[in-house]
Amino acid sequence: MPTTEDLKSRIQDALPGAQVAVEDLTGGGDHFRAEVVSERFAGLSRIEQHRLIYDVFGAEIGGPIHALSIKTATREVRDDQR
Amino acid sequence: MTNDEIRGFIENSIGENNVMLFMKGTPNQPACGFSARTAGALNALGVQYAALDILPDPRIRQELSEVSGWPTIPQLFVKGELVGGSDIVMEMFESGELAELLGVEQDEAPAEIEEPPTARRPIGLENNLE
Repeated sequence: MPTTEDLKSRIQDALPGAQVAVEDLTGGGDHFRAEVVSERFAGLSRIEQHRLIYDVFGAEIGGPIHALSIKTATREVRDDQR
Repeated sequence: MTNDEIRGFIENSIGENNVMLFMKGTPNQPACGFSARTAGALNALGVQYAALDILPDPRIRQELSEVSGWPTIPQLFVKGELVGGSDIVMEMFESGELAELLGVEQDEAPAEIEEPPTARRPIGLENNLE
């Protein structure tokens, strides 16, 4: 069963320097929410940003990871919203 | 129905419906919170859309994800292009971008979308799966 720490470290490995927060939405180890802030998202559409995250987990999405809710931002966007 | 026929049905649905939602359950009876919120956003904007329940046969989801390259449900297509899943659709709903994309007016404050959504045009693929 994947843990929030597993998901977090795998996203950070794929997107070096990213700030990643992962939450287990139900406590059941299969519904997660990931908030990722990375410079890699600059200039990408939302679809492309989310695909970068989904690609980390491939076929595990819909399998062991039943649901992964994603929020992505570049640092600039997040700072603007503060 | 063969896998190719299911894929063809999915591709036609995307091509023929300006606003096409693939979801779990139906707009009247969504079977998942993510699908419910996404259908609810479309309902709140008052747009007409087609909806397809992916649950009746697991091959629908497999073929859809192969067509779209997107792993999760729901999936919203507008004018043949994938807009996103529920996270993206809800962000765009709250920012007003979804209304803009769909060419409709949105009130300043996004309407509450907790009320049961109403069906627009459900598609009955499940009736063609034999």
